[in-house]
Amino acid sequence: MRFHGLRHAATLSIVAALAAYPAAAKVISVSATTPDANEKLQEALILAEPGDTVQLGAGVWKLTDGLSLDVANVTLRGAGAGEGGSILDFAGQQGAGEGLLVTSDDVFLTEFAVLNTKGDGIKSKGADRIVYHKLRVEWTAGPKETNGAYGIYPVESSDVLVDSVFVRGASDAGIYVGQSKNIVVRDSIATENVAGIEIENSYDADVHDNIATKNTGGILVFDLPSLPMQGGHNVRVFENVVNDNSTPNFAPKGNIVASVPTGTGVLIMANRNVEIFDNVFADNGTANVMIVGYRYEHKDPKYQPLPKAIVVRGNQHGKAGYAPKFPGGDMIAAAMGGSIPPVLWDGSGDAIVLDKVGVLSLNLPDVKTPQSEAKPAPADLSNGTPPAALPTIKLPDSMEAKVR
Amino acid sequence: MKRVFVALAAALLCTSGGAAGSLPGVDQAVVDSDAMPAKLSAFGLFRSNDPAQPATGLGYTLRAPLFSDYTDKHRFISIPAGKKATVAADGVIEFPVGTVLVKSFGWADVNGGRPVETRLLIHRASGWIALPYIWDADGKDATLALGGRRVPVTFKSPDGETHSIRYAVPNKNQCKECHSLNGAIVPIGPKARNFIPDPAASDKLRSLYFDNPAALKPTMPQWDDPKAGSVADRARAYLDVNCAHCHNPAGSASNSGLFLRWTDDPAGVNYGIGKRPTAAGRGSGGMDFAIAPGDPGHSFLIYRLESTDPGIAMPEVGRSTVHREGAALLRQWIAEMPKDAH
Repeated sequence: MRFHGLRHAATLSIVAALAAYPAAAKVISVSATTPDANEKLQEALILAEPGDTVQLGAGVWKLTDGLSLDVANVTLRGAGAGEGGSILDFAGQQGAGEGLLVTSDDVFLTEFAVLNTKGDGIKSKGADRIVYHKLRVEWTAGPKETNGAYGIYPVESSDVLVDSVFVRGASDAGIYVGQSKNIVVRDSIATENVAGIEIENSYDADVHDNIATKNTGGILVFDLPSLPMQGGHNVRVFENVVNDNSTPNFAPKGNIVASVPTGTGVLIMANRNVEIFDNVFADNGTANVMIVGYRYEHKDPKYQPLPKAIVVRGNQHGKAGYAPKFPGGDMIAAAMGGSIPPVLWDGSGDAIVLDKVGVLSLNLPDVKTPQSEAKPAPADLSNGTPPAALPTIKLPDSMEAKVR
Repeated sequence: MKRVFVALAAALLCTSGGAAGSLPGVDQAVVDSDAMPAKLSAFGLFRSNDPAQPATGLGYTLRAPLFSDYTDKHRFISIPAGKKATVAADGVIEFPVGTVLVKSFGWADVNGGRPVETRLLIHRASGWIALPYIWDADGKDATLALGGRRVPVTFKSPDGETHSIRYAVPNKNQCKECHSLNGAIVPIGPKARNFIPDPAASDKLRSLYFDNPAALKPTMPQWDDPKAGSVADRARAYLDVNCAHCHNPAGSASNSGLFLRWTDDPAGVNYGIGKRPTAAGRGSGGMDFAIAPGDPGHSFLIYRLESTDPGIAMPEVGRSTVHREGAALLRQWIAEMPKDAH
């Protein structure tokens, strides 16, 4: 339908020319001050053709309904994510579960802000090779339980790049990648969310060069039962700054992140082959690194609840463990002279910790044993041979070219 | 009136030896083209552009319809001459290319009962396409609204309460959010288990539209008729139509792991019983489970159905009011579950 001209192209040379010069693509500009800007912008997103750019004018867009994009290979570009840029303001949102929903492949989102959505900020589902770049997703009143759940939310996708974004105030995770494969989250800032960055039920992810600060928990690597894609593995968390994650947990109860203790740096739950290395940790009151099994009741025979083959090495550890917010943590800290070691393990599964810092084990190898039966004691996890290092995640060149 | 006309038209067709559909009114060339006409009249689906008078087609209703802010929906199918739909073994109705499913939405006490909008689901050679049309103020034609629109309306629900809402006509993408299976658009309602052809339609008319009309045997109970089935079966019929178009492994909510099709195991955790929130955010309402057996007040499935806050409400599109009667049925179903069911 859309390539009407192309379909009737008479010669191969024309086809080749179109392929070689994406200049055939057009730019559709939409102004924030257009009457019915919401409807006009949505129409532009519907009428865009593969290769096109939808250009958002500068200014504050007062939007009442969620936007969606379902055309492949479209760029949505604004005039910047900061003051004076293209600000999509959803404070008056009346419908849709998110501010922007992308359901097509090869989409590039760049240089705009999404503020104060009622549900999630930007969600992409089944959107392969999506690039989130230089975006801001923010709930501007800061941490509140009534904020939306996820800021940047790619799910069920292959090849995901989140690069140079800023997220603040999400009542679940600022940047959440779920049930996806081949993922890079880098050069981004997550602050004052419950979880800063979360990789859940996903395979093959690099999370690096981010700053996760003032969240409840900085960076989470989770695997949960009863979901279409599970068995999370091969995740590298490296060269991030993870500090001062001290915001009291404001997630609505019932959600798994509502159980994250305030003061958590990196938390690994029920994954295998996760490497935590060369990060800078400081001022995380519960622990810089926490490694645990999934300790809730479940009825999923295919689910593997233990953390396995976890490697922690080469990290810098500042002050940690001085205000442990898990049940009984304060008593353990008091018994240990005021604080617990920076690495906390529930005793399930297996992990190797090569950092020259203490490890506290709760000695609960069976995830069915209630936490109240913890027998906390220092543990030495420095013996044993780490598994072969995971390879660097490589994204398709077409994605890297967009942000170059 | 409409039914009489349709039956009459069919009778005329039969006696003249013609096939279904494509009375002179329907412009099949427009239906089959790539066009997205700005005006609904371009399709010729209505006589004199009167939404009460389909130019052709077979009317139908559903045992359990999707709740859309208490709108009355008038539905019919147009199938081009010489082609027929087939009921597949699994109950899915396969419509031939050239089919148009036409659905008009309105309230009896708004605009004298004239519809606010008419949505088309057109089966073209390239696949199904969904097009929303909003009726013009003069009521003479309807205009394409690709980007959707909010229309202020005031109406009374069956319980007598007056609602003033900004009714959301969905945009083209939102049509697809519900009508999506593995990323392609498909019809939702017309499945053999749910589909009721216009009772006034003769066997002859039915066989003009269907290869195997005898296979149209609805198995789901009428959701709001206590005599039609158990509370559980009626609740499951309601969930199938109102939720399962997204909540299935190939639908828009596949990642939730909550699957609510008529064919899903209603005892399984993936049916919501004892299922913890996945990506619910504040949709959890502070509760641990989608369905807590015996305890609808602590089942966030109910919490989300009874909310109109966009960050909480389910379904995510197509509803600005609470369907009290539907929620009441689901409350009763959960309340009657044994508490130790999980």
